Amino acid sequence: MEVDWQPTADIATLRERARLLARVRAFFSDRGVLEVDTPVLGHGGSTEMHLASLFAEATTPAGHERLWLQTSPEFHMKRLLAAGSGPIFQLARSFRDGEVGRRHNLEFTMLEWYRPGLGLDALIEETAALVNTVLGQELGDKPGPPQRRRYRELFRQTLAIDPFTLPLDALRRLAGQRGGLDMTDSDRDACLDLLMSLEIEPHLGRDGLEVVVDYPASQAALARHHRDPEDGARVASRFELYFEGLELANGYDELTDADEQAARFEQDNADRRAARLPEVDVDARLLAALVHGMPEGSGVALGLDRLIQLALGKQSVAEVMAFATPRC
Amino acid sequence: MANYSTNEFKGGLKVMLDGDPCSIVENELVKPGKGQAFNRVKLRNLMTGRVWERTFKSGDSLEAADVLELEMEYLYTDGDMWYFMKTDGSFEQYAVEKKALGDTEKWLKEQVPYTVTLWNDNVINVSPPNFIELQVTETDPGLKGDTAQGGSKPAVLSSGAVVKVPLFIEEGEVLKVDTRTGEYVSRA
Repeated sequence: MEVDWQPTADIATLRERARLLARVRAFFSDRGVLEVDTPVLGHGGSTEMHLASLFAEATTPAGHERLWLQTSPEFHMKRLLAAGSGPIFQLARSFRDGEVGRRHNLEFTMLEWYRPGLGLDALIEETAALVNTVLGQELGDKPGPPQRRRYRELFRQTLAIDPFTLPLDALRRLAGQRGGLDMTDSDRDACLDLLMSLEIEPHLGRDGLEVVVDYPASQAALARHHRDPEDGARVASRFELYFEGLELANGYDELTDADEQAARFEQDNADRRAARLPEVDVDARLLAALVHGMPEGSGVALGLDRLIQLALGKQSVAEVMAFATPRC
Repeated sequence: MANYSTNEFKGGLKVMLDGDPCSIVENELVKPGKGQAFNRVKLRNLMTGRVWERTFKSGDSLEAADVLELEMEYLYTDGDMWYFMKTDGSFEQYAVEKKALGDTEKWLKEQVPYTVTLWNDNVINVSPPNFIELQVTETDPGLKGDTAQGGSKPAVLSSGAVVKVPLFIEEGEVLKVDTRTGEYVSRA
């Protein structure tokens, strides 16, 4: 049998990739944002229900330890912020078990950056500027400034439902019918995720950048909450940026409250136990850093391989990576 | 039979869906950032040939389908059933119903190898080779000298298929035909 040893990206594409990486570094250097390198392994991992972590059994001065491959560089970067780093960015190799496909790879490059003192609106502008810079010279016509869309409005316009108030059984019926599968045991967020993936996401960012804001509070992860001016419903202070039907970036008005953070980690692990998923070690050092105090501010994580894929007009992330997971 | 989970779905895998054996065509992971993962899967129903698009929760599984694709030679028909024989030297024969034969009926010729799909040891599909050589049994007389371009006429082949052929083709000639498009390729 022939062994598929060759790269999944051709050499010309890898040259283009290197050029775009240089452009990203120049963008942040011009703005006085410091490049950092944090570890791929950590004593704590992401507790998020829908992120599956890989781990390594390592021998360290402490003996045999389980170290977690980071699903994003978030925890380490926040510890730097708490230590007084000021604005920082990183091109970080990140790992998510099971995620392999046209838009996913088990390990991928996350462009993540943090802006102490900057609000979410300013960060949206900066994220769009970065995306325009990377895409700019490839697409003669830059996508331009982002269109803002509220999560709730998108569901109203596309599916004629209010995602916050529609009763759960009606939501399950709709999701099951649109997806052609049984959603009767699924929770609210799973139904919303399915509808978002199938009915809304493919149409986002088709005429330039689109930013979705005001997510349900239950989908906040490490973001703060605020009140929806419409009826006071709690919404997450986060955004996602889309272009050409692809989710590119996920930004947060970062949670800095150590107690709230600890409670969310515990809740995640309780949810994991209930779903018979493996628990993940909580990052005690992140919690200690938050107790010490992390400056208020915002941060964003951007899937750089997807952005490069779009910039170079490729059909999958594998085509812009030297060796995608099936050939690694 | 075994079960396959969505992360094992890849092109060509045979699984059961709604009681029918299917072949996976494409499997795409869809997952909003930190949300629940789903798989959008395209499957070809091997009974009907139709392609289905279905969504599964990641981690869901489907039962494996006991499907085999074998090469068999066409032998004969008794008008009711069509008989094929394995080419592996076992001389084992299979009777095929008209329903499973489908459009392939018009491309049958003795001793030609066909791809036969078996499900639980029953034939559910017969595919002809891409190209087949068949004799013209009926067509209008050929036009002398017209060997280049212009015009075509219908010709009935020994298998019963009707194809468009150039005007110079005569009855009794053997032609190479593309079974996927039903088009004349050349004189054999």
